[in-house]
Amino acid sequence: MKPFISQLRSELTVMARNGEQLLLILVIPLGLLVFFTTVDVLPTGSSSTVDFLVPGIITLAIMSTAMVSLGIATGFERQYSVLKRLGSTPLGTARLIGAKTVAVVFIEATQILLIMMVGALLGWSPPGTAWLSVVLAVVIGTIAFAGIGLLLAGRLRAEINLAVQNALYLVMLLLGGIVVAGDTLPRGLARASAILPATALTEVLRDAVSGGAPLVSSAWWVLVAWSVLAPLAAVWLFRFEPAQR
Amino acid sequence: MSDRPALEVHDLVVDYTIGGHTVRAVDHASFVAHSGSVTAVIGPNGAGKTSSLEACEGYRPSYSGLIRVLGMHPLRDHSALTRRMGVMLQEGGIYPSARVGETVRHYCALNDDLVNPGTLIEQVGLSGLERRPWRALSGGEKQRLSFALALAGVPEIVFLDEPTAGVDIDGRALIRQLLGQLAERGCAVILATHELDEAERCADEVVVFEHGAVIHQSPLSTLLGSVRQIRFSTSVPIDMRVLNQHLGVTVSLRGDAYVLDGSSETTMISRIEAWLTDHGVRLTAVHAGGRRLEDAVQDLRKGARP
Repeated sequence: MKPFISQLRSELTVMARNGEQLLLILVIPLGLLVFFTTVDVLPTGSSSTVDFLVPGIITLAIMSTAMVSLGIATGFERQYSVLKRLGSTPLGTARLIGAKTVAVVFIEATQILLIMMVGALLGWSPPGTAWLSVVLAVVIGTIAFAGIGLLLAGRLRAEINLAVQNALYLVMLLLGGIVVAGDTLPRGLARASAILPATALTEVLRDAVSGGAPLVSSAWWVLVAWSVLAPLAAVWLFRFEPAQR
Repeated sequence: MSDRPALEVHDLVVDYTIGGHTVRAVDHASFVAHSGSVTAVIGPNGAGKTSSLEACEGYRPSYSGLIRVLGMHPLRDHSALTRRMGVMLQEGGIYPSARVGETVRHYCALNDDLVNPGTLIEQVGLSGLERRPWRALSGGEKQRLSFALALAGVPEIVFLDEPTAGVDIDGRALIRQLLGQLAERGCAVILATHELDEAERCADEVVVFEHGAVIHQSPLSTLLGSVRQIRFSTSVPIDMRVLNQHLGVTVSLRGDAYVLDGSSETTMISRIEAWLTDHGVRLTAVHAGGRRLEDAVQDLRKGARP
């Protein structure tokens, strides 16, 4: 237990020490929520802006933590040979992954709590929440985004990984139904948007907080497909050795 | 106590694929290392030292040949081995923002706190630097911290890759002292280095790599003691051809010193000194005895017998 707790402490310390990580996982999601709720510029259809935004912002928070933050940190750990050095200690792969998972869950729980509190202050009032669907969606979404983040981290050089993760973050922020509804996008972009994990998670969460989502909707299947394929690809292609320059 | 070597490597082959081409880094290498002894794995850069050590440490999932570390397989028994093995990487392995104190505490905790972190920090001479981040450490301090992490679990065998690279004179002395203490308490110390002076100062046994293959293994004393030599320096360059004719031997220039292999007799030193005096040249340094490791390795590399 001692090695696990020490590794968990190390994961959280590294994350807390990186100002850009805190910006990514807290400041940007909460900032977007407050900004777009108070400045009415989004085409949100019939729903209120804050009701439209909260599920998408939760998706953004999960994407920030499980994909971008975890992916960038792991990429640099690989580049700096941190993973290699840990590989010669009694920590073991299971406890390393366990510590990273608990760190991600801890941060996501904090993020979601803060988003819901700020959302409530801004007038968010979901008509009825299927909590089981929310938890299931968050877990599957986390697995999918962590798979993508680790796939990139395990193949690319740290600096390129950082750029690609940030680019993906921006693409999914704009096309993933987070701040701009998918049906307001041009037809080609809307089609591409439908298969993005961010779109699927946002849609599932939106359904779940507005009275419950059918578990057989296409968004669920897209999300499940990402949560299976991305981790499998990551396990298959991940390299512990630093990428060659 | 078992006579079995702490490390056995037999017929090791390690290949890399670079740009679609297979490059052989280690070519049928065989060597052993014993508990209570410092084994220096030496050779030029790219000779296969690091690849061999990494295979022994369990970092190379694909290799052929036989490796046994403390009688165990480096991959299949990796988990059990990590509790008995210490590893110092050639470079890196620590987050730039990680502080000395927290890093040592973390690695001690990963090894169930068998070692007191404060004692370990003191042992490697980093007291007072506990709050300094890795990126702010000097090259020598980084090496000493890396060395400390390899000792965080009271290992029975340690693999050290270039432990003295970039380390100042005091740091080198400290590392040599720690290597001696490790060997004294029965640990098998395997260090890869291309710094032959360091290997000569601390090794009991030497393994010489060349182009991926082991070309020699023996106790250091055997390698150095088999040939006597006189090594001397002068105030100004001398005409070796004339000196060789006068002495009837072959003196050669190696680095900044003149070397005569095959003799360490006082009479020969007197003859050299007399010749130099006759030619108005001052003898600035002279050493007679076993030859230096650098010369022995050069001879081995040229295919000459030691």
